Amino acid sequence: MPVIALALLFAFDRVAAGLGNAYVAQVLVLVGINIILAVSLNLINGFTGQLSIGHAGFMAIGAYVAAALSVYGGAEMQAFFHESLHLPMALSRALFFVAVILAGGLSAAVAGVLVGIPTLRLRGDYLAIASLGFGEIIRIIILNIDAVGGARGFSVVPSNYDYDVRFEGIFETYAMVLLTIVAIWHLAYSTRGRAYVAVKNDEIATESLGISATRVKTEAFVVAAFFGGVAGVLFSQSQGYVHTNSFTFLRSVEILVFVVLGGMGSITGSIVAAVVLTIVPEAFRDLSQYRMPAYALVMIAMMVWRPQGLFGRSEMSLAFLGRLLPGTKKEDQ
Amino acid sequence: MDVFFQQLVNGLAWGSIYALIALGYTMVYGILKLINFAHGEIYMLGAMTGYYAARALGFDDGPSIIGLFTVLTISMVVCAAVGMLIERVAYRPLRNAPRLAPLITAIGVSLFLQYSGQIVFGPDPKVPPELLAKSTLFTVGSVPVNNVQVVVLVVSLALCAGLTWIVHRTRMGRAMRAVSYDRQAAALMGINTDKTIAFTFAVGSALAAAAGILVGLYNPKVEPLMGLMPGLKAFVAAVLGGIGNIPGAMLGGVILGVAETLVSGYLSSTYRDAIAFVILIVILLVRPTGLLGSTAKEKV
Repeated sequence: MPVIALALLFAFDRVAAGLGNAYVAQVLVLVGINIILAVSLNLINGFTGQLSIGHAGFMAIGAYVAAALSVYGGAEMQAFFHESLHLPMALSRALFFVAVILAGGLSAAVAGVLVGIPTLRLRGDYLAIASLGFGEIIRIIILNIDAVGGARGFSVVPSNYDYDVRFEGIFETYAMVLLTIVAIWHLAYSTRGRAYVAVKNDEIATESLGISATRVKTEAFVVAAFFGGVAGVLFSQSQGYVHTNSFTFLRSVEILVFVVLGGMGSITGSIVAAVVLTIVPEAFRDLSQYRMPAYALVMIAMMVWRPQGLFGRSEMSLAFLGRLLPGTKKEDQ
Repeated sequence: MDVFFQQLVNGLAWGSIYALIALGYTMVYGILKLINFAHGEIYMLGAMTGYYAARALGFDDGPSIIGLFTVLTISMVVCAAVGMLIERVAYRPLRNAPRLAPLITAIGVSLFLQYSGQIVFGPDPKVPPELLAKSTLFTVGSVPVNNVQVVVLVVSLALCAGLTWIVHRTRMGRAMRAVSYDRQAAALMGINTDKTIAFTFAVGSALAAAAGILVGLYNPKVEPLMGLMPGLKAFVAAVLGGIGNIPGAMLGGVILGVAETLVSGYLSSTYRDAIAFVILIVILLVRPTGLLGSTAKEKV
């Protein structure tokens, strides 16, 4: 199954490249990045039930680590793989991609531990505002590091070597999308994942069953931070330029909207919401000033009338899609 | 040393503005256990209302103290009404929902006000009419203290005193205290909880509006996104002082204001926005109930 998926992806990448439409490719990459962000945040907000609104901070770490690694040594690393180890060019690039992804994801995960251990002792509203605070602190620290451009922003340009350090590919992005979905799905619907939902439903009861709620929450936080970092890597690589303004509180809220709309605790819901809410604003660019007010109204209306989100906690399956088609018998809920 | 006193004076003025906003947070949190994220936007609306009211009433041709108090009153009344409306539409339907739901709604309301504000008022910053002629009142050492700083401080203190009087000396205040202690029990005793909560929102919003007007005197630039950061920082101030505690909110606001101006004076102004969150995290870890909060055992 994963092999087929990868093959399909590769074909998809070729076809999209063949279209020669940079704009479409760019939107597709953005859709992928948003899927990763939404699915990973859902692990904290949806499954574990802890409101975290600092996801953009982890994204920022991934983005800047990847950008810095590319600029300070990316070309050298590829040159090393290609010239010293005599690896084929494609493999050298793939190894470099893996290195960048791991570096970005792991730095975000380390930040996740540092942020998670103190803040996760807090609950509900306090956690929300503390995670928001950490997101802002991360952003402000990056803003003050001159080596990564500070307030000027940071361009991912190759150094003196003749190697391309950027990845703009749909293939790379969707390979990470697949990996994220598979990893989080397996985690969320494993025995361990049941502990996550238990923490959401009743922390004290969970504790009394011998499960450390703090550990579960930290775990969810770190995994989500890792994938948030990965999304950041893809973001900086595909844009070729990063600025701390891309990782403000608003970005975090935008990711939260995907999760809320799709359904807190529904991975497929998050995916659908991320896809729809990335493509729809692109289609209505002329109305872009109404995007944020519309998001806000969606959030309010959703909480008042359907707090569980469009999909609630259920996952969309082929059987569910089948029920939507005419002529098939509807099952009673 | 002069730099220190200069920053201290600035910090006190900013701090009393944070304190006014923090009072609204602390009251709403005390009574509903809800972080009203939209509170910072009420402050923005207060400043905006002041701008338009002053121009509509013709107070923009020169400083006048009558103008200042008229605008202050109008803005407080308008924002009290908006605060009650928000409570009615966005928070009351969720009174018995899990706590995550109203929090997300609050973020939604906040975003809605910011971005509809950009559409309605335009995104460009506006310069509010000068309602108070700036002049140096006295100097401490060689540090000048101007009348705007004094007015900001005095009005904040007066409003805080007024709030303390409402909460401790009126029937409505007693109802507020009862509802924050135990909403169900208060309802059983015949207190109209909906009315009490609406009143809390009205008072908190009026105070935020006053902060918005005062900031217009101090820092003559108002814009639709101005509420976000002061709103969050005021919440930090409320937590710092002990959430639900009125003198605590004042104290927290002042400490935060002074800390911020000292950081931007001695370190770098880019770290100014970070210090609030650092304080927040430290206080949550070291003393989660805040400086003046009581150390209540967690209820299971």
